[in-house]
Amino acid sequence: MSTPALETQVALNGALNRRAPRPQSASVQVTDYDNRQTVGKLTVDNPKMACRDVNVYYGQKHAIKNVSLDIGANEVIAFIGPSGCGKSTFIRCLNRMNDTIPTARITGLIKLDDDDIHAKEIDVVQLRARVGMVFQKPNPFPKSIYENVAYGPRIHGMVNTKAELDDLVRESLERAGLIKEVEKRMLEPGTSLSGGQQQRLCIARAIAVNPEVILMDEPCSALDPIATAKIEELIDELRENYTIVIVTHSMQQAARVSQRTAYFHLGDLIEIGDTDQIFTNPRHKLTEDYITGRFG
Amino acid sequence: MSKPPASNGAPLRTRDIKIIVNTGLARRHAAERRFRWYGLIAISLGLAFVALMFANIIGKGWPAFWQTYVQVPISFDAATLDPEGRRDPNTLASADYAALVRAGLRQVFPTVEGRLPLRALSALVSTDASYELQRRVVADPSLIGTQQEVWLLASAAVDTFVKGNIDRTLVEAERPLKDNQIEWIDQLQAADKIERHFNSVLFQNGDSREPEQAGIRGALMGSFFTLLVTFLLSFPIGVATAVYLEEFAPKNHWTDIIEVNINNLAAVPSIVFGLLGLAVFINFFGLPRSAPLVGGLVLSLMTLPVIIIAGRAALTSVPPSIREAALGMGASKLQMVGHHVLPLAMPGMLTGSIIGMARALGESAPLLMIGMVAFIVDVPKNFLDPATVLPVQIYLWSDLPERAFIERTSAAIMVLLAFMMLMNGLAILLRKRFERRW
Repeated sequence: MSTPALETQVALNGALNRRAPRPQSASVQVTDYDNRQTVGKLTVDNPKMACRDVNVYYGQKHAIKNVSLDIGANEVIAFIGPSGCGKSTFIRCLNRMNDTIPTARITGLIKLDDDDIHAKEIDVVQLRARVGMVFQKPNPFPKSIYENVAYGPRIHGMVNTKAELDDLVRESLERAGLIKEVEKRMLEPGTSLSGGQQQRLCIARAIAVNPEVILMDEPCSALDPIATAKIEELIDELRENYTIVIVTHSMQQAARVSQRTAYFHLGDLIEIGDTDQIFTNPRHKLTEDYITGRFG
Repeated sequence: MSKPPASNGAPLRTRDIKIIVNTGLARRHAAERRFRWYGLIAISLGLAFVALMFANIIGKGWPAFWQTYVQVPISFDAATLDPEGRRDPNTLASADYAALVRAGLRQVFPTVEGRLPLRALSALVSTDASYELQRRVVADPSLIGTQQEVWLLASAAVDTFVKGNIDRTLVEAERPLKDNQIEWIDQLQAADKIERHFNSVLFQNGDSREPEQAGIRGALMGSFFTLLVTFLLSFPIGVATAVYLEEFAPKNHWTDIIEVNINNLAAVPSIVFGLLGLAVFINFFGLPRSAPLVGGLVLSLMTLPVIIIAGRAALTSVPPSIREAALGMGASKLQMVGHHVLPLAMPGMLTGSIIGMARALGESAPLLMIGMVAFIVDVPKNFLDPATVLPVQIYLWSDLPERAFIERTSAAIMVLLAFMMLMNGLAILLRKRFERRW
């Protein structure tokens, strides 16, 4: 006995889910909700970053529980999961942004190439230059567009002359697909741009220091669909040169941009695998429930 | 199943809510109107008192900006001034100029005879008149041998009388001017030989026992030096402390205790800081009394907590996303603070500092403790010269009974208020100048 309103809702959901292929429940191997062992292949052949038994505590709260996974070179890996599942916490471990939270405590091993990122000889400044980050809310500095992009190269001493810096700024804006829109207004404040442009400016700012990995923490959650499409296109292009880790609330987005997907649930890494397989053929009941929209 | 469960309950409730709301509505509107009236009354009361205060101060102080001068024919007699004719500056400086003034006055009133009436006649002009002549001759020796009409500063009593503040109907013994003096003044006024000029003395001289010669220059310079010391010490230290406590210090019991103590210091009565300054800076370190340096140190102690608290508030108001952006780019903590957080917090910090400085400018109690309340005639030239400050000068003058000092007290208050407004204006200007859009 469904009311017309409910039918519309179902139709809407269908439209939203269209791009994420429907899973076939028959293939689910783990049906026990309490089994939190990671399902799927967590290693890759050419890892850029490797995490082993990572635990994060915020004071007494155990936010990330024994997570192990590899991030392959030049791949886009998506972290999905319901709110509060720890995916943002985990991504912030990868460039030690959690260091800024006094109560946070991290155990386990995280490697970037062959370097343990928590090792004494790795300075956090160096790590963050190698692992760039784009945040949920576009956060350009309240300075000019030019200064926003030039900031990273400048503090790291990457360029020697003004001409080199100009070139680098242009190139970064070009790679972020923003150059046409801002060419004529490089000296205007970065905050005068629209939300989507601001986010691309933040991406340009991140790639200006030529990082090896770019972390994106829900980069499109504050943007409209058109701006989102542009960012997604950009992510696809950037994959050639960078390894990208993206946290997203939108399963469609994960399906569109990523090669591998990891599903987090209440601090556990439940399932990881190729994106196609996760969305068509989830092996854990929790994953299936989440991607079919039963909760989350 | 699509029907509401209680079919006759719903319409009844709708009707009820309408009635209930309507009955309460008048009461709510009345409460709103009442509140608006309370607000209006409070504001107009406040404004009325401010207007009253300004009217009172300006009404009393305005005449002090105008000073009475008497025109006297002076013959710069070569025999009195420079008998040897060598134009030696020392001789010129030590000559008897008072005699010239007396001679000039006798020229105007040739009929006056006798020691007492002549003394009364001389008392019409200020004792500064002879120094004025001395300054003129030393500056321009070619005056010697000529006859000039010179405007000389009138004495305070004459000034007060001309401004209408001495009642001529009083018994002679009860007023500062004798009958014959009033008569002479009337004659001078009739001959247009009494005029009021802008009181430049007020801005050029230090303190004096003679009201017509007393000025606020000394107090102004004292205030300037004191505030300079205060600003140079408290602003950098305050900002650095705020940045350290807010951005770098670990959050533990020690920093908690420090924070509580800073907040308490901001509420400590200012005279306590004066006692501290007396004990530490003067008695222990042996710094000179009455010096702007010590005053500045004491006021720094008083201003620091205000600047630190304002600075910390300004720092916390910088959105965390900017910090994350900078850290995410690989900026070190100091770069994050120096390049992004501090520039964004600067308007707030400057406003806090200037408000703290304005408070320091108006402070007198702690300075009494360190001897800045002394009677100082010389205008201070550096940080160690004995000095007083504007509010203390006001306090000193307000104690004196002469009518001329009463109006000078109000004039000094006007100057102090003007400086306060200037500083607050500066705070607004700086805020606007440094404020950035997000």
